[in-house]
Amino acid sequence: MITLNDIHLKLEGPAGRVKVLRGINLSIAEGETVSVVGPSGSGKTTMLMVIAGLERATSGTANVNNIDLDSLTEDQLALFRRETMGIVFQNFHLIPTMSALENVAIPFEFSGVDDAFERALQGLESVGLGHRIHHYPGQLSGGEQQRVALARAFSTNPRILLADEPTGNLDQDTSDAIIDLLFSLTDQHNTTLLLISHDAAIGRRCQREIRIIDGRISDEGNS
Amino acid sequence: MKSMLPIRIAWRDLRGGYKNFKIFFACLVLGVGTIAGIGSTSSSIFAGLEAESRNLLGGDIALRVAHRPINSVQYNWIKDRAEISRVTSMRSMVHNKNTKKRTLINLKSVDSYYPLFGSLSLNRNGRLKDFLKRKDGIWGAIAEQPILERLKAKIGDIVRIGNAFYRLNAVLVSEPDSIGGIRAITRGPRLMISAKSLNSTGLIQPGTQISYHYRLRLPKNYSLKEFKNALSKEFPNAGWRMRDRNTAAPSTEQFINYTAQFLTLVGLTALLIGGVGAGNAIRGYLDGKMRIIATLKCIGAGKRLIFMTWLLEIAIMTLGAITIGLILGCAAPALISKGLSGLLTVPLKLGIYPGPLLIAATYGILVAVLFSMLPLARACSVKPGNLFRDHIIPIKVGFNLPIYCVTILSLIALVLLAIFTSHDIKIASGFIAGTAAAFLLFFGAGHIIIKFSRIVGTVKNARLRLALANLNRPGSQTANIVLSMGLGLTVLIAVVVVESNIKRQITETMPSTAPGFYFIDIQPHQISAFKQIVQQTRPIKKIIEVPMLRGRITHVKGVPASKVKSASNTAWVLRSDRGLTWNRHPPEGAKIIDGSWWNQDYEGPPLVSFDAGAAKGIGVGIGDKITVNILGRPITATIANLRAVDWKSLKVNFVMVFSPGVITNAPQTHIAAIHLDPKYENAVENAVTEKFSNISAVRVRYVLAAVSSLMDRIAGAIQITALVTILAGTMVLAGAIAAGQQRRIIDSVVLKVLGARKRDIVLTMLIEFIFIAFLTVLIAAVLGTLAGWAVISTIMKAEWIPIFDVVLLTTFGATIFMVSISVLGTWRALTQKPAAILRNE
Repeated sequence: MITLNDIHLKLEGPAGRVKVLRGINLSIAEGETVSVVGPSGSGKTTMLMVIAGLERATSGTANVNNIDLDSLTEDQLALFRRETMGIVFQNFHLIPTMSALENVAIPFEFSGVDDAFERALQGLESVGLGHRIHHYPGQLSGGEQQRVALARAFSTNPRILLADEPTGNLDQDTSDAIIDLLFSLTDQHNTTLLLISHDAAIGRRCQREIRIIDGRISDEGNS
Repeated sequence: MKSMLPIRIAWRDLRGGYKNFKIFFACLVLGVGTIAGIGSTSSSIFAGLEAESRNLLGGDIALRVAHRPINSVQYNWIKDRAEISRVTSMRSMVHNKNTKKRTLINLKSVDSYYPLFGSLSLNRNGRLKDFLKRKDGIWGAIAEQPILERLKAKIGDIVRIGNAFYRLNAVLVSEPDSIGGIRAITRGPRLMISAKSLNSTGLIQPGTQISYHYRLRLPKNYSLKEFKNALSKEFPNAGWRMRDRNTAAPSTEQFINYTAQFLTLVGLTALLIGGVGAGNAIRGYLDGKMRIIATLKCIGAGKRLIFMTWLLEIAIMTLGAITIGLILGCAAPALISKGLSGLLTVPLKLGIYPGPLLIAATYGILVAVLFSMLPLARACSVKPGNLFRDHIIPIKVGFNLPIYCVTILSLIALVLLAIFTSHDIKIASGFIAGTAAAFLLFFGAGHIIIKFSRIVGTVKNARLRLALANLNRPGSQTANIVLSMGLGLTVLIAVVVVESNIKRQITETMPSTAPGFYFIDIQPHQISAFKQIVQQTRPIKKIIEVPMLRGRITHVKGVPASKVKSASNTAWVLRSDRGLTWNRHPPEGAKIIDGSWWNQDYEGPPLVSFDAGAAKGIGVGIGDKITVNILGRPITATIANLRAVDWKSLKVNFVMVFSPGVITNAPQTHIAAIHLDPKYENAVENAVTEKFSNISAVRVRYVLAAVSSLMDRIAGAIQITALVTILAGTMVLAGAIAAGQQRRIIDSVVLKVLGARKRDIVLTMLIEFIFIAFLTVLIAAVLGTLAGWAVISTIMKAEWIPIFDVVLLTTFGATIFMVSISVLGTWRALTQKPAAILRNE
């Protein structure tokens, strides 16, 4: 499903070139749930961005769903993400000027689906927000915003879900509820999950855990 | 459905607020509204002129001859084919025997057919012929209000004109066949009498400076062209000036064209300055949208969709702003018609004029495209991966060929539009080149100020260091403020410099060299008595007296004058009758720049000395022949020499000075210029006009005061337009301050936390604002003065008078204004309580 082969990534920074990834090799099977851990600045998020096609590796190959991401243009990558992936961020990144329903419907609208709003409504109901569909992100709590983000991410039935610290901005109770929902949806959709989290308990719920230190995978094992 | 997606996303986005679009919107409304307003007003005037052309001309066709009426053959030929009305006009003096007051008037005699078109407006009800008819042995007259005021007369009073007495029966409020303007002011206020009474005044003597106007109403079956052709064919050497209803007021049209062009270019500058603000606003707006754009990209939106969505938003805002600008522009003629009433008597024909609105809208679209494409490309290039790091950094856009092409094409289109919609391509091109140079200069100056503040930014004084650091920190608006305020101030200073220069020439320089009086219509046999009276009454400095006739150039090098291509600034030479003289010697102080003067006993074929500037304009030189119709007789003269004539000196000057010969014995009068102490003016005027009822006195001081007052009104209109550029600059300044407001609030809070007092923060900001304002204003003062000098010396070809006091005053005022606006804009940053801000951070 996901294969990273000797991925290197160098970025230009104010202090010169920085080697962010230094030879990542990783293989994730379809339906597998994997947690990524590591200290800040170790390259976890950058690896996720390479898998999402949001960052191009300086060298090495990234193959997702049998597609070499390097061979795709920016617009093809956008289409690829739309059809293959869901992404959940720590800060939710809902569009503030759109209602919950519109936020979830937008990927369907990109695809030209006629019943975008009906499907979005189903998505919101599946995360327990059927009663908040016309609320704007600013009118929702953090937990509710992340539920909308989950509904949006799962709305197109993605084969891969990338989640970057999805509970980083939530209190413990809300965090537990969101993680339950995340795993439940992953199971329902048989989605491959790649999850970054500092919370060891969340990591343990995944089938496999990989540890990244200084741009390399230092440790890999079953949870 | 999918093709509507950009519209849906744009709608949802705009629904969430368009705060940062306010400055963009305001800048476009101001620029488009100004250009549309100027265009609509000039179109309203032209439409008014067109609608009133018959009235203004007084007929379908108007003929004018100087000194003499047309002959009976000509009159009868016309009378057999059309209705004809005769009007005469001349300068004269009117005396009030009760108050012993006298004043110069523009005397008009009318026949019973007057007016053929339009109607007079009087302060009393009644028929014109009843007001002018003879009653109890005294003719009637109507006069404009200023005549009554100067004579201290009232309705019913008896006044004297020449040898005849008139009863003032009504006040003339307006006459249909008059357009106002400088000519009307310099000729004096109107007094109207019956043509039947004119001879009894005794004013009509050989050579008297009188014009005979014949207004014709054509029968419906006669076309204008047909009639004109037949008239010209029948009387090829009549020597009259012929105008028709299609060219009723060419001088006014030219004046309106030039004024509208100048104001449009100033409006365009305002729009360009606004464009800088619009560009900043778009950039600020899109910067605020980068997170949304990145999110949309993350969930699968393509570049095209993103570009189309925000292009659509900009287009909606642009169209909205343009629509409001056009509505304001449409309303402008109605709003300013009152202000124009002192300048023009033509009623504005209010309406919607698509031409100028289309031009203004096109300017608006092009400026919006010019200033928004690069910020749009920048926003669309945002990397979606930035979302993972939760900081959206500005992107350096690489070379984007289509975007650069569109930007450059819109710039080219803007320049071409400005040039090809202007009345004078040369002036428009110069203006654009100047504006482009000023843009580059201020852009460079802004960056130099940033660099300079970096270099000197390591000073010990903490407040000064902080102020300098604010000028060059990332995201600083220094360059934009310098550019936009600098351009606006340059235009204002240039306008002030030009206006002050002209004003001082009229009110200070000219009077110092000008004579106190011109006495006109002095008969040759009155000359010696006239001189005697003048010299005996009061001591005078100088008296210059020359013969004067009027004639019209009919042919230049054998080509009819109507077909001669003349430079726009010398077209007046061929347009109508000109005063001319003859002389055995070169006039006093004449500078012969080509050719030589004839011998003093020369009596051969006519030679003429021509004004060098006018000769250049109509394309003649030494040896060329010109034909002048004098008193109905064509006289062809060879140009013997060219003189440099300084018209500004207000000395007795003529375009043409003939050699003695044929012209010497033609009926003529004399004109005398008297230089004397102003305190003797009344006594001399009284003595001369009391003795000679046919001689009229023109007081130069009064004429200059009237011209100066007219100039004030024109300058007022121009200054208002120039202030629009300042307003545009102020909007950019306000936008720039608003953009940095959040940063200033946080800075202020942090400084307070660290122990800074309010006055420390105020002082830091003041240093920053004064520094930026002073340098901007200084550069604008230099550039504005240079631009003013260029306009005065190259376009107006007038003398340059340095007026540093006005520039300094404007500079000081502008600095205070900029600093005040900046302080007011940032005041909120100073009044923030640290705790509230820190809790929310």
